[in-house]
Amino acid sequence: MMDAAVAGRDIALVHAEGKRATALRRFRRGDIAFKSITLVSAITVLVLLAGVMVALLHGSLPAWRAFGLGFLTSESWNPVTEKFGALPAIYGTVVTSLIAMLIGVPVSLGIAFFLTEICPERLRRTIGTAIELLAGIPSIIYGIWGLFVFAPWFQVHVQPLLIDTFANIPLLDQLFAGPPYGIGMLTAGLILAIMVLPFITSITREVFETVPPVLKEAAYGIGCTRWEVIRRVVIPYTRVGIIGGVMLGLGRALGETMAVTFVIGNAHRIVTSILAPGTTISASIANEFTEAVGELYTSSLIALGLILFFITFVVLAAARLMLMRIAMKAGN
Amino acid sequence: MSSVFATPRYRRRRWRNRLATTLAIAAAGLGLTWLVLILLVLVVKGVGGLSLEVFTEMTPPPGSAGGLLNAIVGSLLLTILAVLFGTPLGILAGTYMAEYGRYSKLTLVVRFINDILLSAPSIVVGLFVYEIMVAQMGHFSAWAGAVALAILVIPVVVRTTEDMLLLVPTTLREASAALGVPQWLVIRHVAYRAARAGMITGVLLAVARITGETAPLLFTALNNQFFSWNLNAPMASLPVVIFQFALSPYEDWQQLAWTGALLITVAVLGLSILARALSSKKVQI
Repeated sequence: MMDAAVAGRDIALVHAEGKRATALRRFRRGDIAFKSITLVSAITVLVLLAGVMVALLHGSLPAWRAFGLGFLTSESWNPVTEKFGALPAIYGTVVTSLIAMLIGVPVSLGIAFFLTEICPERLRRTIGTAIELLAGIPSIIYGIWGLFVFAPWFQVHVQPLLIDTFANIPLLDQLFAGPPYGIGMLTAGLILAIMVLPFITSITREVFETVPPVLKEAAYGIGCTRWEVIRRVVIPYTRVGIIGGVMLGLGRALGETMAVTFVIGNAHRIVTSILAPGTTISASIANEFTEAVGELYTSSLIALGLILFFITFVVLAAARLMLMRIAMKAGN
Repeated sequence: MSSVFATPRYRRRRWRNRLATTLAIAAAGLGLTWLVLILLVLVVKGVGGLSLEVFTEMTPPPGSAGGLLNAIVGSLLLTILAVLFGTPLGILAGTYMAEYGRYSKLTLVVRFINDILLSAPSIVVGLFVYEIMVAQMGHFSAWAGAVALAILVIPVVVRTTEDMLLLVPTTLREASAALGVPQWLVIRHVAYRAARAGMITGVLLAVARITGETAPLLFTALNNQFFSWNLNAPMASLPVVIFQFALSPYEDWQQLAWTGALLITVAVLGLSILARALSSKKVQI
């Protein structure tokens, strides 16, 4: 009787032990499985980037074989004779992005200055959100707006003025030579400036907020004006972060497609006048890819894509490295 | 006393400060003006074309009446598929970075690359999917469009998932671990639950981002004048239809483009405001 009871308890114990062991095994297996899935997913992100590079390289091989590195410096773009070169598109991409930065950066810094030092506390959130909503508007909306609203107004009211004002100044008369088309590289650059504004503002604002209040208070305490605090304390302290934000905006501007496609005019040529139509890498691809006939044409457009990817990769990587530096500084 | 404030040096400093302040206020005004201008024009030009037909009729041939039904359905379908493909992968990758590999080198690299993907030109993603899917299959398809959009969803979700999981207090995890709960169940039942609002915000932001994307669809999903459920065939989407119709010389097409533009903008801005409201913590993209 007694023995049976003991034996029963033992059996129950062994049984429980077994259950526990099974449960533990299941837990461990679950952990290993879940960890592996997440690890594979994380690695997939890396594979994605490598995949983009390999696919573009593979797709652009015929173009590189046909034109070699001369593709980078050739100005011709002739689908009929199948002679392609990237220079006009690269030139247009760089010029429109430079215009965007020239106008977008000071305005963004101004807005960040306004939001961190001038704006009353109550309005700060509202105005900040409104500026960030600019980033939410899809780029095709900027495009359609630029083509139908901005370009016609610009053509009638601003471009003639620019042409007349700079007509007799050497160099500048070349840069602003007529006729006023409305669309063109300057228009595209201005639209890009509006588009990068919220990105640069948002980052600049954030890095401005990493400045220890003590530093600012000390400056105010010895009688500095707001501008002096920004100029002598905040900007020197956050310089790396600001440059990072600007580079991030530049990365966006370089790769922006739809807004530019609407207003650039799609002309594969290099003209000194920024009022003239031009093209950018992304606009060329968007405009011509589905219509491209023949392997060499398609492949040349993919080669343009590869160049764009390379340029933006370098710019964005530099931007992130700089932002990491300011984040580490804020962490200390 | 007054002499200090009357020195030329002081006056110059004060003048400079005023100038800088004025310029900063002007800059903010400029930014707000653009936002108002763009929205105003969209409403003025778009509302005129809003009617029931927009939601019930197909995109028309030039010169006849029609709507945007096929484009709206196409956009919804592509977006849903992209979110279905991209979100799980993004959440899992973010989970690795915040939970299993929080201090590993791999996480640093993935974060760096992910941040680059976040801002990479979307047209390049379109070319990539063209190369790996359209060129291989021999035809444009809605599948390809969905994959292209999914690639844009992933970095947004990875970033927000990681950020949100990092905000979950370690003590919560330790408490459940002390009860003998294995790590994967801690992550699923404790960390995910605590970070849920933020993770949903991330998905909403991703949807907002791809709703207006045109460039990656141009040579993946292409366009389709007719209504289609066939995922193996080209499919219409609002942004691509807007692109095509806006650049056409026909006035009724241009009107439809404006109406579509209004619809998209309302959807995108609505989503981003909803996302903001959902998480009080600012999610930065």
